[in-house]
Amino acid sequence: MDKKNSLTLLILTVCLVVFPFIVTNTYYISTMVFVGINGIIAIGLSLLMGCAGQISIGHAAFFGLGAYTSAVLTAKLGFHPWCAFFLGILLSSCIALIIGIPSLKLKGHYLAMATLGFGEITYIVFNELTDITGGPSGIGGIPKIYLAGYAMNTDIKYYFFVWAFLLLILTLSLNLIHSRIGRALRSIHDSEVAANAMGVNTSKLKIQVFMISAVFGSVAGSLYTHYVTFVSPSSFGLFFSILLVMMVVIGGMHSVWGALIGAALLTILPEFLRALKDFEIFVYGAVLLLIMIFLPRGLIGGLEYLFNRLIKKV
Amino acid sequence: MDNVILHASKIKKTFGGLVAVSDLDFTVREGRIKAIIGPNGAGKTTVFNLITGILQPTGGEIQFQGNSITRLKSYRISSLGISRTFQNVQLFSNMSVIENVMIGRHPRTSSGIMSSILSLPKKRKEEKEVRKRAMEYLEFVGLGDRFDESPENLPFGKQRLLEIARAMATEPRLLLLDEPASGLNTKETQNLARLITEIRGRGITILLVEHDMELVMGISDEIMVLNSGQKIAEGLPREIQENDEVIKAYLGEA
Ligand SMILES: Nc1ncnc2c1ncn2[C@@H]1O[C@H](COP(=O)(O)OP(=O)(O)O)[C@@H](O)[C@H]1O
Ligand SMILES: [Mg+2]
Repeated sequence: MDKKNSLTLLILTVCLVVFPFIVTNTYYISTMVFVGINGIIAIGLSLLMGCAGQISIGHAAFFGLGAYTSAVLTAKLGFHPWCAFFLGILLSSCIALIIGIPSLKLKGHYLAMATLGFGEITYIVFNELTDITGGPSGIGGIPKIYLAGYAMNTDIKYYFFVWAFLLLILTLSLNLIHSRIGRALRSIHDSEVAANAMGVNTSKLKIQVFMISAVFGSVAGSLYTHYVTFVSPSSFGLFFSILLVMMVVIGGMHSVWGALIGAALLTILPEFLRALKDFEIFVYGAVLLLIMIFLPRGLIGGLEYLFNRLIKKV
Repeated sequence: MDNVILHASKIKKTFGGLVAVSDLDFTVREGRIKAIIGPNGAGKTTVFNLITGILQPTGGEIQFQGNSITRLKSYRISSLGISRTFQNVQLFSNMSVIENVMIGRHPRTSSGIMSSILSLPKKRKEEKEVRKRAMEYLEFVGLGDRFDESPENLPFGKQRLLEIARAMATEPRLLLLDEPASGLNTKETQNLARLITEIRGRGITILLVEHDMELVMGISDEIMVLNSGQKIAEGLPREIQENDEVIKAYLGEA
């Protein structure tokens, strides 16, 4: 990681620590927990989409796999939450491997369709496998998760818990991007043929990054489960998959920071717009449209532009 | 220096009904510059794509340093020591000039996912080394001062040089150049000729597809002429210039 990223990471950490002391309203803290959870999946999706240039419109499935593994194993079978957490990661990465091998041979729209199909199948399984998943009515009574003997049972504790995960995942992702492997991933984005001709095993790398993004999705899913203590299929459908893609695109595909900003905007914006009642969806759409028209490189692209202008002036 | 480095026997490639390369036999000798010439659509680029594994042959076999590479994946062939440039320049446009060359070091380095994610000291040391080596290749083609720019900012001639630097960074034994002089002015072409000879001087064998006859005749040790996917002549530059069939193929086209 370079100096700029390390510094930004430090500033973010400080802001995150200070935030709950300034804003004490639990509603805002709770919203920030969801920003963190969505941020973790969006960062993974940004590695896949922004870095390696491979789309997935089925990523809610990995979120759901993590969430359901934790829910079923802890609430129904009495597993230790951390044990379920890691089994969720294992399951998601295995499924990503099995799905990734045939799908990632496809390009563009075809890959989009394949991942969309995978997401829909998973959604149907959550709904129909009633004996295990509880069907449309879901699973409740999920226990709290413990960290070093402390139950993560308040909003503020969960806030620090989730954001610690996010910072870890963000750091690992930034390391990955600024490495031999990250460079190879970016080369796939620009020209797969040239990447191959330069000795990059593109098929293997695409599957690996798909698996990494699935693992991040699963982590977020497990964190979600132990926070809301209730899961049902509706949280893991096509709408959420599309929302995730929008987070990455609106935030700015070329950077994982963009994914984080996109996740923050698309999680917080609906909360603010709720006051507008019937106009909510209209304003929401208009905001997204304006961002895409005026900031083709996403919010992070806009921020980078402002920052560079500022530096030039000084 | 008379060892055969590349041997193609009866290689064939069809696209639907179109026969792009038809039962072609040829050898490339180590340390030489061999040119492939022929009218547009003769199948020259297809031959390159077959050698580098970008396309799978419909039939025939290709051997590199005595081993068959016919069914190998493109990235494997590259790590064995065959690199190339592209007729339609294929640079990584979202990376800086030096990062493009650093990709060329990929098959010669080993940091995996884990050491990358954890940023282990071994990885950081390797990265430094990769950057240093990439810079040497950039300086070799005369682009050292533009390392931090976007490749899209480079004039076309320099983009072709960057592709050569990137290919060189993989440390090939055999380098395939697909029309490296197309779009270059006279001065740039002369510079290119000097560069290609210098690469050969480093012990790298060169297979060159080119339309610029002055360049081809000036630097090649041997020339093969393709027309409609078939070899119509092969020999020294002087022999090719006097070959009736070659003259006919070229005049027939014009
Ligand atoms: N991927 C492809 N699909 C279909 N036809 C192709 C493909 N690549 C090349 N061809 C055809 O094969 C023939 C040889 O093309 P090519 O090898 O590019 O010729 P050259 O490089 O000598 O100009 C041409 O008729 C071309 O249209
Ligand atoms: Mg060609």
